[in-house]
Amino acid sequence: MATKTHNERAWWFVLPVVLLVAFNALVPLMTVVNYSVQESFSQGVWFWSGVDWFEDTLNSSRFQAALGRQLMFTGVILAIEIPLGIAIALTMPKSGPWVPVCLVLMALPLLIPWNVVGAMWNIFALPDIGLLGYTVNALGIDYDYTQQPISAWITVIAMDVWHWTSLVVLLAYAGLASIPDAYYQAAKIDGAGRWAVFRHIELPKMNRVLTIAILLRFMDSFMIYTEPFVLTGGGPGNSTTFLSIDLVKKALGEFDLGPAAAMSLIYFLITLLVSWLFYTLMTRQEEG
Amino acid sequence: MTLELRNVTKRVGVDMHIHDTSLTLASSGFNILLGATNAGKTTLIKMMAGLERPTSGEIWFNGQNVTGISPQKRNISLVHQFFVNYPSMSVYDNIASPLRVARVGRKEIERRVGEAAELLRLTPYLKRRPAELSGGQQQRTALARAIVKDSGLVLLDEPLANLDYKLREELRDQLPGLFAGRGAIVVYATSEPSEALMLGGHTATVMAGMVTQFGETGTIYRAPQDVATAQVFSDPPINLTKAIKRGGEIDLGTTRLKASGPIATRPDGPYTLGIRPHFVTSAAQSPDAAPISGVVQVTELTGAESIAHFEMGGSIWVAQSPGVHAYAIGEHHEFWVDPAGCIFFDAQGALVAA
Repeated sequence: MATKTHNERAWWFVLPVVLLVAFNALVPLMTVVNYSVQESFSQGVWFWSGVDWFEDTLNSSRFQAALGRQLMFTGVILAIEIPLGIAIALTMPKSGPWVPVCLVLMALPLLIPWNVVGAMWNIFALPDIGLLGYTVNALGIDYDYTQQPISAWITVIAMDVWHWTSLVVLLAYAGLASIPDAYYQAAKIDGAGRWAVFRHIELPKMNRVLTIAILLRFMDSFMIYTEPFVLTGGGPGNSTTFLSIDLVKKALGEFDLGPAAAMSLIYFLITLLVSWLFYTLMTRQEEG
Repeated sequence: MTLELRNVTKRVGVDMHIHDTSLTLASSGFNILLGATNAGKTTLIKMMAGLERPTSGEIWFNGQNVTGISPQKRNISLVHQFFVNYPSMSVYDNIASPLRVARVGRKEIERRVGEAAELLRLTPYLKRRPAELSGGQQQRTALARAIVKDSGLVLLDEPLANLDYKLREELRDQLPGLFAGRGAIVVYATSEPSEALMLGGHTATVMAGMVTQFGETGTIYRAPQDVATAQVFSDPPINLTKAIKRGGEIDLGTTRLKASGPIATRPDGPYTLGIRPHFVTSAAQSPDAAPISGVVQVTELTGAESIAHFEMGGSIWVAQSPGVHAYAIGEHHEFWVDPAGCIFFDAQGALVAA
């Protein structure tokens, strides 16, 4: 029979973690909660406002528009990056001297800081002097991301695809590399075609890493700030003002701390909820 | 049905994986490839399957040269050491998959999958996915996929190696029955001599990319045609020693044996003597047994037998005695060599008398 050892000293080992989590997560979060339910004036005068800010935020057409743009952006980049990442991983060599070369080339975009990526694309896509912008216009296509919402969207999406598809490629490649040769041999003997091998061997074997890839790309893209901020500043107009850009405008630009706090809590809960939904659905599918 | 390897070799870069090999396998009983890990068994199987092309030589199946023909056109089945099934398909769909690729009718698929599942006791699990099965059930699913196809050549590459002891015994007893009367050539690779003996049929002993001997399993075990074959086909390892025959006696240097049986009629002179460990025992097994003694180094108990590794005259010997014996490590112990179990090889390592 196992006897439980009871030792009060164990608390001391947990304490540093508790303090750390308190400082970098709980305290800031509770400060935000504090702001979200009160009206604040200068000289430390506070009024209780209940859930007013939350109601206002959810009813505001500005928030709804930003949320709509955010969902659209995340949906589009997931729909491009996941299949594209898998496709690139499938074409990469499985062994030989080219493997490290491919891996390093793939990892390069991931090593560039976000603001630098934004700045690079900002110049790269300028219609008058940028290599991309100039070339596209020279081809007879009217393209100017600083003036046309559609061009701005295409540029923001192209930038994100360029920056982050590599992550999906690397994860998918790791999943593929873990499939023993025996599976491919079995398929060969059965006479299974390329599609059947992908559908019944490679895809199910990549299931786990793809779940992680989709989750990471969802969370990252849903909270994207730096790159579009540096590239377009949310414009032209509000056309690329995603949730985080809108939030910063509200909190720091307009100093509406109450509504901004309510908005960031809603934002936080949406991210949490959707991530949980993704995870639950995908792991259930794997078991079933 | 026959499968013929005609002077087949396989070279990868500068490494010779398979040296010039010729074999003719038939559909009566199992054809066992016996050899240690990395001896070349898997390479031979891959070439038989068509997954790898021989560097030179030809492979003939039923009088037809199939050397360059792709695996799916050869009507073969392969079961791996790892449990290979399609992860996203149910057990039923897994077993049915080779038939679906071959465009067999739905009714016929149902009948054949049902039969194979019944035979391998998988009927209650047909709706499950491979990940929800035990290792034994996963490997039985892979075997069912091999059986359902009715292929002319069934290749089993150490199919029981990754199963635990109980399941391995159970499935091994079942294996010969599964393939009996199907007319297929069954090739079974294993690294365990005892498995070869239990499955019977024919055995090819493989060592360092070479087939040292091929023939009826019992014959090869009793009269291996050279030292290499005897080494491959012995577990625990066979004792090898130099010996000189003088008239009616065999001089081992450390002891003398009476020259009885076939060796009695062979000329005097030096021989290499192979003695299987179970003919070196703690108690004399026959009146002709001769005593030897050495320092015990390692002991193992299997329950029914006691195994002792001892050092004598600069080499390590293995004794395998019935019953449980307590050997003190580091102490001298006396063992008895039974001349009935001696296999004689000449200076080149070829069999003289067994």
